[in-house]
Amino acid sequence: MTSKKQLFVWILPFLVLILLFFIVPLLYMVISSFSNGHGFTLDHYQEVLTSSYILQGFKNSITLSAVSAVIALIVTLFAVYAMMRFSEPVRERILMISNLTSNFSGIPLAFAFIVLLGNSGLFTLLFEKWGIDSLTSFSLYSWGGLLLVYIYFQLPLSLMLLYPIYYGIQQQWKDAAALLGASTFHFWRKIGVPIMLPGIVGTFSVLFANAMGAYASAYALTGSNYNLVAIRIGALISGDIFAQPELASAIAVLLGVTMIIAMLLSEWSIKKTRRNL
Amino acid sequence: MKKKGFVDLFFVFLLLYLFLPILATMFYAFATNWNKTVLPEGLTFKWIATLFQDSRFIEAFGRSVLLSGGAVLLALLFIVPAIFVIVLYFPKYEKWIQAAVVMVYAFPGVILAVGLIRAYAHIGVPMIAAVLGAYVISILPYIYQGTRNSLRNVNARQLLDAAELSGASKAQAFSKVLLPAVYPGLFAGALLSFSVLFGEFVLINLVVGSRFETVQIYLMKKLSTSGHIASSVVFVYLVLMGILTFIISMLTKRSKGAQKV
Repeated sequence: MTSKKQLFVWILPFLVLILLFFIVPLLYMVISSFSNGHGFTLDHYQEVLTSSYILQGFKNSITLSAVSAVIALIVTLFAVYAMMRFSEPVRERILMISNLTSNFSGIPLAFAFIVLLGNSGLFTLLFEKWGIDSLTSFSLYSWGGLLLVYIYFQLPLSLMLLYPIYYGIQQQWKDAAALLGASTFHFWRKIGVPIMLPGIVGTFSVLFANAMGAYASAYALTGSNYNLVAIRIGALISGDIFAQPELASAIAVLLGVTMIIAMLLSEWSIKKTRRNL
Repeated sequence: MKKKGFVDLFFVFLLLYLFLPILATMFYAFATNWNKTVLPEGLTFKWIATLFQDSRFIEAFGRSVLLSGGAVLLALLFIVPAIFVIVLYFPKYEKWIQAAVVMVYAFPGVILAVGLIRAYAHIGVPMIAAVLGAYVISILPYIYQGTRNSLRNVNARQLLDAAELSGASKAQAFSKVLLPAVYPGLFAGALLSFSVLFGEFVLINLVVGSRFETVQIYLMKKLSTSGHIASSVVFVYLVLMGILTFIISMLTKRSKGAQKV
């Protein structure tokens, strides 16, 4: 019993940290979203739900996040499969390099895409030189441009999350399946993919959440011009003249609820696929 | 054979997509003029030299290292032991950590920034301390993932039992058997956490602002004033992160080697 109490001492600092820097701030945010300075109000939520501008921001964020997550997931699924033929040290080196590119997000990433595709970017000039008009009209500072940037920061994360899942597929299983007469395709269809499916769904949810909360690259590229939820919140909490922290809190609470729903959905599908195995 | 080629295409695309922006930015840092032509008109070290003469940049770099490194250190000191204890001795409470991990994911920087400002901005708490604390919590998913995966991979519970059955004390089993086995995974988690925090912009910008200028805030300011200086910042940042990644991977290898002897 004493040993259990001693063990609890190791958990205590963790609980204090979570309380001070996570639970308390979130509670204050929720309270603030229902407050108008003197008492309780639902005004901020009413404003959010009736403002087509803020609702548009939600729609933009959700589409951008889902599309970027799906594309990154598809690319890395095949890429990791191709990668598995290398020896383990080589694979680890590739992962290390990919880890390095995961530092490349936010402001630096936005800047890199400006160098490539900005108004006088490398590719922009190339397209002009070759006279490819359909590509010349492409604007980095639009939905399409943001999508390219979002896919970029999803890729290393997706690779890192999928690699261990592939790694879990044991060579013995492949050998056993092959001995019993299964082709490579059969193995993946009947054994490999079903085993990996929960992991893939989990990875999607992580990628989706990752993009929903992303702020820095969109902010660096479009300032406060492109309408995303995260950008709206930032503008409302930090605006010097037009700061509306209560409204920002209400949007932040709703963004949080959206993300929790996404997370729960993925948890549910993981459980469901596991039961089907 | 044809199918393999198709799969390889994705791998090549991935590498190109990841490296082209980095290479172009690094190249831009050494270009004299690169606005009208597809390739730069000439090469120069002028921008990098200018950057290193700017004491504001050097100081910003120091602040970033201090803040991110401090947060990772605090996480290793306070969060990792807690995860170990819960996973190994109170497994029924592990779902609470998992819930916390999911919540931290669900509430990204921009939400946390609102919370921190509402909770601490008006009661005299130094906001930089609030950001540091939030940093420690925000890397929980990476730290948990790293710790948990390595514990699972080595069958930690059985490993500890086996060590104790063979006559090791609890402390010995922990430090001589378990810790060396999970060390690489832990280190990978710490490295990932540090790199994530080093690139963090939302919290520090919204909660503290220019009063605590990190590399990211410095870069954001340079973005609108000088493209060449901005790319020099990115260049230096990437080179230093590369060196760091290399050193840590060497350390990890050495620790694995020592374990075999």
